[in-house]
Amino acid sequence: MLDNNQLLRFTTAGSVDDGKSTLIGRLLYDSKSIFEDQLEAITKTSNKKGHEGVDLALFTDGLRDEREQGITIDVAYRYFTTPKRKFIIADTPGHIQYTRNMVTGASTANVATILIDARKGVVEQTKRHAFIASLLQIPHIIVCINKMDLVDYSEEVYNKIIRQFEDIASKMLVTDVRFIPMSALNGDNVVNKLDNMPWYQGAPMLHTLETMHISSDINKVDARFPVQTVLRPQNDSHRDYRGYAGRVASGVFRVGDAITVMPSGFNSIIKSIDALDKNLTEAYAPMSVSITLEDDIDISRGDMIVRSNNKPTATQDIEVMLCWLNNKPAKPRAKYAIQHTSNLQQAMIKDVIYKIDINTLGRNTEDKDLNMNDIAKLKIRTTKPLMVDAYRENRSTGSIVLIDTTTNETVAAGMIV
Amino acid sequence: MSKYYLNYLDELESEAIFVLREVWAQFENPVILFSGGKDSILVTHLAKKAFYPAKIPFPLMHVDTGHNFPETIQFRDNTITELGVELIVGSVQESIDEGRVAEEKGKNATRNALQTTTLLDAIESNKIDCAIGGGRRDEEKARAKERFFSHRDDFGQWDPKNQRPELWNIFNGKHFEGEHFRAFPISNWTEMDVWNYIKRENIAIPSLYFAHEREVVWRQDTWIPYSEFLVLEEHEEVVTKKIRFRTLGDITITGGDESEADTLEKIAAEVAGMRNTERGNRSDDKRSESAMEDRKRQGYF
Repeated sequence: MLDNNQLLRFTTAGSVDDGKSTLIGRLLYDSKSIFEDQLEAITKTSNKKGHEGVDLALFTDGLRDEREQGITIDVAYRYFTTPKRKFIIADTPGHIQYTRNMVTGASTANVATILIDARKGVVEQTKRHAFIASLLQIPHIIVCINKMDLVDYSEEVYNKIIRQFEDIASKMLVTDVRFIPMSALNGDNVVNKLDNMPWYQGAPMLHTLETMHISSDINKVDARFPVQTVLRPQNDSHRDYRGYAGRVASGVFRVGDAITVMPSGFNSIIKSIDALDKNLTEAYAPMSVSITLEDDIDISRGDMIVRSNNKPTATQDIEVMLCWLNNKPAKPRAKYAIQHTSNLQQAMIKDVIYKIDINTLGRNTEDKDLNMNDIAKLKIRTTKPLMVDAYRENRSTGSIVLIDTTTNETVAAGMIV
Repeated sequence: MSKYYLNYLDELESEAIFVLREVWAQFENPVILFSGGKDSILVTHLAKKAFYPAKIPFPLMHVDTGHNFPETIQFRDNTITELGVELIVGSVQESIDEGRVAEEKGKNATRNALQTTTLLDAIESNKIDCAIGGGRRDEEKARAKERFFSHRDDFGQWDPKNQRPELWNIFNGKHFEGEHFRAFPISNWTEMDVWNYIKRENIAIPSLYFAHEREVVWRQDTWIPYSEFLVLEEHEEVVTKKIRFRTLGDITITGGDESEADTLEKIAAEVAGMRNTERGNRSDDKRSESAMEDRKRQGYF
């Protein structure tokens, strides 16, 4: 592996029969990421089930209930590495009742892959998946037009589906969309390019994933450093050391930078940036470091260090696009704990502005009930200020979760508008 | 020109450090589960980085089955001395003596499953609210569904169908009295990542991982080390082979591979060429298709 090989996270959403599992199986199989004992195990199962040949979809089987029911219930993470990159797949179920899992898988992804059955074209589910990708601001979308073998590898069908997708995406906030015609079953345009679609001039999926530009996916402009904890060693060699430990959420910090601590507003200068025994001159997202300051000021978990000339908004009132994750519905005007970076506060839902019908993408201002998998825009008030950026600008400082304090469960995920 | 992106190992390292610091910030009494295997050694190394120049703020906890490789115990004790941290030992032998668990019978009897009781007892008696483990999602299909912060109810049980959603890098470790969490900072690492990182950082690991001559018995398609705990079948024969271990569990269940890899470079190269999964030689996973899921539900590592 080369020193500059990057990590790319992508999400796949799909339902039982659009070939998602086969696609993942194919990707792993053709990139030689499957071990012999795994192959042996699924060959056995394929035979037992009476499948013809090896059913690559079986690679993605997870929990016992999922195997028995032949569905994916939860997000499953899978890994493979090529000489160019390391990949993490967040494999999520695609059905409407699993919207929350798709949202979860999408939250950290660089790339969303959306599967379309070439025979069916763009369907409601496609729209939903594209919407979630845009809602979660996944920087890149790869539309896999699958099962091309079943439409005679027709360029016409391919072009028609591209047009359909362009139509639905034109209303959404998506920037980078690529289309790949493929047959996951036959391994065409997944890892290798076969001879069936000479009219397609683009690269297969893996090559696309290996080469796309992702280092700009994280905001490198707005320097934000949420403090996780304070390091105060009790040993002789570092008696006066006071380091603020955290992960750079976005942007770049340099030694000598003029910084402001929020919400207190105290100003100081960065004295050092430390990572184990290394003294760094700068740190950028997503590095975990420890920062020391020239001045002794009171800083604790939940505070945010930012560059003095570029501050987030400190506010107690936020508007969010929210996905409700819990089977217990939201209670209007109820109180929840809210977590934003390392900052944990109390919050109240003030108003549901509208709910989104995830199939039509229409807005519903009448129905204010938030049930599991619902997506809505709402107003939230917090007991103390949060230091926020718009999610569109900054995934790290633009995201929140709500926690039900009676069950301690994470009940909602929100993107600050 | 300086670059403003991390390579994959640096990104994994940064993520793991972030998780370890979240554990420290969100829990009262966390421990690192330390088995002496490479994954728990890696987690301990990352913890050193996460809190430097302060020392690791967690005790290490070892669930001792009594069926150890002597090398592992030696390594554990050296680690404790070097880091200056506390060691908590949960003893499976004591659990057996106290009648909390019963020893398995038969030729393939192991103490693997018994560990769960000892682990949960140790968690309860030491009032531990978060046990940090070296579990990785690439190891096994039930583990592929694990969260970074994984909730355990007051019986120590995992409910894989009712897990808390984990979005972005926001971790919710809130819990009630008696419940605890398992945290998995190296969830996203693969076996290959672990070896590449150990090689890069030159992290000390037990000699068992390097090819060495050892008395072994061929059983269940692998070389099981000969020890006082092993009852030989009539046809079985103790032979001396040059082997190395790919994972370390109990001496009774950990199979070795014939190998000449005696340096970290050679091990990394060997792992890169491996065509079988890491846990393929662990008889604890071979018992059934959902062996790991079943054990994890009950509270296993």
